[in-house]
Amino acid sequence: MVDSSIVLTGQTLAYTFYCSVIILLMIWFGVKVTAKGKSTKVKPGVFYAFVIFLTVLGVSLHIITYNTIPWTPIDVKMKTITADRTFEIGVENHEFKLPSEKLKMEVGEIVKFSVTSNDLTYGFGLFRKDNSMVMQMQVVPGHKNDILWKFTKPGVYSIRSTEYSGPKGIAMIEKDVVVVVESL
Amino acid sequence: MSFIQTLISGEQKLFKSDSLTQMQKITLRFVVMGLVYYGFVVIEGMIMRIYQVQVIASIGADQYFAILTAHPLVGIFGSTYLIVFGAFLFLVPFLMKKPIWSIKLANWTFLLIAIGTFVFWAAGFVSHYAPLYTLYWPLPADFSQFSPIGGAVFITGIALVMVGTVFFVINIFKTIMYTPEGWDKQPSKKLIKSALGIDGFYNIFAKKEKKHLVSLPVAAIARGTVDVALNAGIILFTGVLILVYMVAAIFGHSLEHSAVDALLYKNWFWWGLDLIADGLVLIFVAGTWYLLATLITGKKLFMQNIARAALLVELIVSWTVWSHHLLSDQAQPAILKIVSGELVTAFELITQGLAFFIVLATLWSARPLKMTAPLKFLLGGLLGFALAVPAGIMQADIGLNRILHNTQWIIGPHVHVAILVGLSMTLYSAIYFLFPILTNGAKLYSNKLTNFHFWTHLVGGIGMGAFMGMAGLKGMLRRTIYFDGEYNLYMILAAICGALLLISFLAFFFNIAMSVGLKGVIGIFTPPTKKNKDLVPAEA
Repeated sequence: MVDSSIVLTGQTLAYTFYCSVIILLMIWFGVKVTAKGKSTKVKPGVFYAFVIFLTVLGVSLHIITYNTIPWTPIDVKMKTITADRTFEIGVENHEFKLPSEKLKMEVGEIVKFSVTSNDLTYGFGLFRKDNSMVMQMQVVPGHKNDILWKFTKPGVYSIRSTEYSGPKGIAMIEKDVVVVVESL
Repeated sequence: MSFIQTLISGEQKLFKSDSLTQMQKITLRFVVMGLVYYGFVVIEGMIMRIYQVQVIASIGADQYFAILTAHPLVGIFGSTYLIVFGAFLFLVPFLMKKPIWSIKLANWTFLLIAIGTFVFWAAGFVSHYAPLYTLYWPLPADFSQFSPIGGAVFITGIALVMVGTVFFVINIFKTIMYTPEGWDKQPSKKLIKSALGIDGFYNIFAKKEKKHLVSLPVAAIARGTVDVALNAGIILFTGVLILVYMVAAIFGHSLEHSAVDALLYKNWFWWGLDLIADGLVLIFVAGTWYLLATLITGKKLFMQNIARAALLVELIVSWTVWSHHLLSDQAQPAILKIVSGELVTAFELITQGLAFFIVLATLWSARPLKMTAPLKFLLGGLLGFALAVPAGIMQADIGLNRILHNTQWIIGPHVHVAILVGLSMTLYSAIYFLFPILTNGAKLYSNKLTNFHFWTHLVGGIGMGAFMGMAGLKGMLRRTIYFDGEYNLYMILAAICGALLLISFLAFFFNIAMSVGLKGVIGIFTPPTKKNKDLVPAEA
């Protein structure tokens, strides 16, 4: 099943490939534009083809991600989806207030994390043991900050504030408090 | 000439500061001060790069975040604004072949931005006021973490910069529209229509083309200046709001934070901030590329009407893209995330892609070209944006933003590559091109140092962005401190690239200092001998 590590691997490959191509293109251009030869005009047709290419590229990125990244449609249609389990989490004075010592859930469940700040703007992120990110959202005071998530693998995750809330915010880490187990 | 003689009097004693016009002196003051602040930024950046490898015991977390707060603001206002405003206050009259509207106002712009930057930098350094440039409500008014007095001085510094910015805006538009003394009456309305790109848009569809009254680079400057004005308004308004809370706290009153809606505030502030990142920077850069391409080649710009229209589209796009900064805000309406955050933002791939193509096609039409310093740095600047814009488009996607927001990916491959490689190399190209014009024929001390500057800056900028990005993809956040060396491999490599950038800047600064000499640098800041509005000496 697709999770954030697979999406990020795909992104790394795609962006590395693109960077390699564009760097080589600029090197080629730099050599050619200074080499001996006749000046030639670029045909407008090439320009318009490039514009169409950029338009298709810009739009297709979002269509592809919507259809391949599992949390995107859940995010967009959040209001129409009912969660299997909800965790109400408070944040105040640079501390997370969890409803229980460990937040336990099962693989395949749709879980709602409902996070409320009583003072500053914070972040709410889940991280694996190797510090890689599972997901995150902003936690804005005075507003509902809900996210729906479906875990595809069992695991233990830490909660960390992903937004700067002053120097005190760097200690906002709740280690190994999210526990996902195989469905019973 | 001996080394000491060159250091004192400049390369072959060619630079004579007393030959400079008032306008040349003002422009050079903007550039020199902008470069000094760039030096601040590079040193601050290097301190933070080292800190990310190994926490420096003598610098506390509050000091670290004060540096992190000042770093981008000094970079944008103290360095980029000064260099860009100085160059444009010279170029608009230069390209329109008419005097600047007000030299006095240009001087005030310089003083207010230079002093304002020092004030907010010093306030942050002394008081550790550190809400970061995003100022997410109510952090800037959280007086359990920050001193209201330090904060008030900091915000006053920013306000001074904004007032200087407003003076720049007035001077640019008045220079485009006004009628100099002794001239025939200028068609102000037609000039402003041409400058804003309305004629260019009309020409795409019209059978009979309207003549452009202002050149394309002036049109780009005018359109970018619209975003500068709007941005200054938003920052001033927000600054006043924060100041109200600070003044109340200083007098012992605590105002309710909930009186300001944090999400609404975030929307308006990002709308204003984004006018810098996705507005004036992209428009000014495109305009500078067009100017440099035509000056380097001596040819007309490829697809000129499209380029003019694209600048107008970019201006409108820049007013409607802010929501890509709020894709991870769950309370933000989904329609804004999709339309503004994703779709309109994707337009920037098109507008910036067009500018990229048009510049390359213009250069291609004039080959073979000589690989001069301006051309080399122009190509570097084009590459920087070619790398950074797609990185930004990727993070402006609802799905990808969920795992990229606030990571080092945002600030590495997107922000730093855009600013350090894209923007800075474009500015260096302009500086190298304008250097003989602004100095009445002074010669660069060393071409080898110019080459060294180019390669170390290019490799350092791209390398640093790449290693930060790799750490970001592994989950490294951009606004926190890691104490256990979790990302040391990437951070050491990024620090080595950061060191290359520092060495690169020192080489450039040394090269310029040796070219004009210490006497020349001092001469730039002494009063001009001729108090007229000439851009270059009449006899030159």
